[in-house]
Amino acid sequence: MEKKLGVFVCWCGSNIAGSVDVDKAVEEAKKLDGVVHAENYMYMCSDPGQQLVKDTIAEKGLDGVVVACCSPRMHENTFRKAAGSVGMNSYLVEIANIREQCSWVHQNNKPVATAKAVSIIEGTLDKVKENLPLETITIDLTKRVCVVGGGIAGIMSALDLANADYDVAIIERDPAIGGHMAQISQTFPYFHNIPELLQKKIDEVNAHSRIKVYVNSEVEVLDGYVGNFNVTIKTRPAFVDPAKCTACGKCLEVCPVSVADEFNRGLSQRGAIFRYNQMENARIPVLEQSDCLHFVDVEDAEMDAGASVRCQACVEACPEDAIDLGTIRKLNEEFVGAIVMATGYDLYSPAKMPEYGAGKIPDVIDALAFERLLDPTGPTKGQVLRPSDGQVPKKVVFIQCVGSRDPERHKAYCSRACCMYTAKQARLYRQQVEDGTAYVSYMDIRSDSRDFEEFVQKGMEEENLVYIRGRVAKVIQENGFLRVFTSDTLSSRQLEIEADLVVLAMAMEPKTGIRDLAKKMNVTIDGDAFLSETHIKLYPVESSTKGVYLAGCGQSPKDITDTVSQALATAGKIQTMFSNETLIADPLIAEVFSDVCSGCGICIDICPYGARLMNDFTRISDVNQAVCQGCGACMAACPNKACELINSTSRQFVRMIGDFAGKAEAV
Amino acid sequence: MAENLLQKVMAESDQPINLCYQCKKCSVGCPMIEEFDFPPNMVMRMVQLGMKDELLKSRAIWMCISCETCGTRCPNEIRIAPIMDSLRAQCIEEGVVPADPVTVALHSAFIESIKTFGRVHEATMLMNYKWKSKNFTSDLDVGIKLFLKGKIPLMPKKSKNMAKIKELFQESGK
Repeated sequence: MEKKLGVFVCWCGSNIAGSVDVDKAVEEAKKLDGVVHAENYMYMCSDPGQQLVKDTIAEKGLDGVVVACCSPRMHENTFRKAAGSVGMNSYLVEIANIREQCSWVHQNNKPVATAKAVSIIEGTLDKVKENLPLETITIDLTKRVCVVGGGIAGIMSALDLANADYDVAIIERDPAIGGHMAQISQTFPYFHNIPELLQKKIDEVNAHSRIKVYVNSEVEVLDGYVGNFNVTIKTRPAFVDPAKCTACGKCLEVCPVSVADEFNRGLSQRGAIFRYNQMENARIPVLEQSDCLHFVDVEDAEMDAGASVRCQACVEACPEDAIDLGTIRKLNEEFVGAIVMATGYDLYSPAKMPEYGAGKIPDVIDALAFERLLDPTGPTKGQVLRPSDGQVPKKVVFIQCVGSRDPERHKAYCSRACCMYTAKQARLYRQQVEDGTAYVSYMDIRSDSRDFEEFVQKGMEEENLVYIRGRVAKVIQENGFLRVFTSDTLSSRQLEIEADLVVLAMAMEPKTGIRDLAKKMNVTIDGDAFLSETHIKLYPVESSTKGVYLAGCGQSPKDITDTVSQALATAGKIQTMFSNETLIADPLIAEVFSDVCSGCGICIDICPYGARLMNDFTRISDVNQAVCQGCGACMAACPNKACELINSTSRQFVRMIGDFAGKAEAV
Repeated sequence: MAENLLQKVMAESDQPINLCYQCKKCSVGCPMIEEFDFPPNMVMRMVQLGMKDELLKSRAIWMCISCETCGTRCPNEIRIAPIMDSLRAQCIEEGVVPADPVTVALHSAFIESIKTFGRVHEATMLMNYKWKSKNFTSDLDVGIKLFLKGKIPLMPKKSKNMAKIKELFQESGK
């Protein structure tokens, strides 16, 4: 039975009516096959305009509608909803774009514009004729969340979600949650005590019945799709049974190994069995397999010398029998509906700045190492002391933008937090060392948040920080002090500062291993390996994969304030998703004709969303309805034409092209 | 770098020189800037960085006429005139040869006149200045006109309270 079709031509004020003769378009449309109604109106998207469409559908019993107006990105949804509200299947409404693709590009030629508009309407009518009435697809939704990363971003979003009564699993690669924030002593701009703030939040996480924390763990495999993810978690053995361990510390004393402590940025030494950090939640020691003599291959020579029995010092020392060196790694699975990528940052390696002697000169340290010096529970009990000789440094040079804003050699971007934490560090140093001088070498001072500028100003006013605009050329060690060569671009002078300590505000870069993880999670990354959001303004916490959200420095460098804001935004977005019982997806996706498909698998490789999977039983390629975005890549790639996009079939498009081409000749 | 220059000048001038962030509003408004070798903003920077030698030898410190335009406009409320005073005093104290001896001659002739009479006596002050600057012919035409109009009285008038003047000079230690 032939469909009864209606055509509604919009003037869009003078946007369309200015170059398309809308009356003529209606007249021509009326002559077309199957059209039972055609009219025009000044603004079809307005309420009376929509009412007109609705009334006509009801009155004339239309079963196909073409609205000739602006781009479908603007108002396709509007008119589909309007048609749906009067009982018509909304997928029988199509938009003929006669504004962006017609009136705007043919402003000075009304006859051509009108003829083109008519052919666009005709082509779209032919598409509608073969459109099928469709229903939206519903997808199951598992209301559980997996948070990758247990820094402050992960902690805050996990707490928010758990408090909203959803189960949350935090996956943390390190032996304890807390992230880089646990290394930092105080905040800017209010000098809040971080260990206190953070410990509260960590305690909340550990006490929360809805949150499960996997420490020493990483994502091994991610399967599934939005609402139905299956995360396989690999947990490295910690070797110490937390149920038995009393944190007496005897094992720490006997371990023969001594390596640089990563948490203290190499300012102290630790054994192979050690306390990860000073936070309360890390009281129970962990054993690092790669450092432990028990696991090192014993050399032949040592074997001869009688070292054939592998080191068991900590096991023997433990009074509670809590250490089991035979523990093996574990795999766990979590079924979740959404994932938060809160993967965080690392500091760019100072070893990449040979001109500053970092890594070679002990008194050139990075900013996190300086934070460890300021921490009352840190390696120097909070005293700023030179790593080389333990003396109080009288002149400290803080260098900003180290590795940042250097597109040729290092990172092109600004690491955002350094201006402020450098001001904070310099002020804390001056508060501690009253007769000391703090120089800050900077390019620009970026203090663009509430009370930030005042904070920097106060540093100059009260702590007499000497800000020197210019980039330090090099730092050399000479007669027990450091000679810092720089220039003051405000006075156009070369300067040399004899300093006792140099602190480098290294660039922030994405956590090591992010490229592999992003691949596993099917999340796109930018050129610097930061996780990309869907849209920086309007979808700032959504990743390129539906159901995977972003929070914190993994997305871009930011301070704690911004990180927490973003983490809470992410938690809010997930709660919005979880407020529905199921997820709804557009039915305009690919379908496979099983009798034509040969199972060659070309579509599986070409699908950018991972929506095509080989059915092991039938040996033909299936479409995952929840994942398919209807892009049409598989349709174009299929050598057998076994695959079509629903309501955008090749047949429909060939007819449309015929319509356009025929009319083009007439013009 | 001599950091104590900053501390010394800040103490003497009572100005928060460390707050200068180089907006250059002072230099843009300065009516004397064409005579300066370093613009006022640069003088602030040099004080911050302790560039004492160059500052004390500079013309800038002597060319400032203390009009206070800079201080009125400064967003950080730094008045530059007292800073210039402090730098001039240091220049003389430390026996640095001033970049502009003529200005110094005028200043010292002026101060000496005050010291003697408690107020300026133009005739003796000008003679003193001419002697100090060894510049006998400049501005003679204007001087003669002023003299004929009675603006340069021959006889000095002393201040009524010379004791107080003496006290002031003793207090300042000069």
